[in-house]
Amino acid sequence: MKFRHALVLAGLAAVLLYAVGHLPGRGDPSAPAHRRTSPAGTPGAGTYYLEHALEDAATPNVVTVVLADYRSVDTLGETLVVFTGGIACLLILRRRS
Amino acid sequence: MRETSRSLVVVLAARGLAPVIQLFALYVVFHGHYSPGGGFQGGVLLAAAFVLVRLAGGYETGRHQITRRAGPLLGAAGVLLFAAVGAAAFLTGGNLLDHGRVPVPGFAPAELRSVMILVIEVGVAIAVAAVLTAIYDELLGSEDDD
Repeated sequence: MKFRHALVLAGLAAVLLYAVGHLPGRGDPSAPAHRRTSPAGTPGAGTYYLEHALEDAATPNVVTVVLADYRSVDTLGETLVVFTGGIACLLILRRRS
Repeated sequence: MRETSRSLVVVLAARGLAPVIQLFALYVVFHGHYSPGGGFQGGVLLAAAFVLVRLAGGYETGRHQITRRAGPLLGAAGVLLFAAVGAAAFLTGGNLLDHGRVPVPGFAPAELRSVMILVIEVGVAIAVAAVLTAIYDELLGSEDDD
């Protein structure tokens, strides 16, 4: 490996380690993601999900409700990506003789 | 790949493991409402069981579970199941994938959402399992004996 590559990698590692050091603690209630309102003052989506998931969808697992109900369009896209990737693999791998 | 001799130990181990993996895959899919899990994880487990049988017994054994031709078709069916659930809400006057709005008698909106989440997860699981199995089949090369 060239010295330049090592230098770039070391710089990237330094930036990432600096960022990791400033992440909020796990489960920190004052972290922006867990606050009732975002730093801009708008209501946070996470609080709504946690408080209303059970009554909205009668499902105790909030992750499932967010995945398949609140953000199901995203999941539909993910499934389409998986399917499209599989079809692309098939088209590339299939030998045409 | 085709002329490998089948080891009895490998075949027996796969025969013992595959049903357990498949059962656990169904558990992961259907218990996603209460524990970590869901369509993607369960689908991958199901595909692992299919690929394990194909690895141990070859395609002539694995095709009893899911044929080479059924892979892409089932994948499309899974995606279409998901899309149909979304379209059902869309066509009955709600937003896309707004399950609570579908007029099904006998269901409260919350219960209906719960059921539709399960249908979605099943669709995702079918799509993921079929696509992964199809990719494995295609990697192995076609033997033109479908």
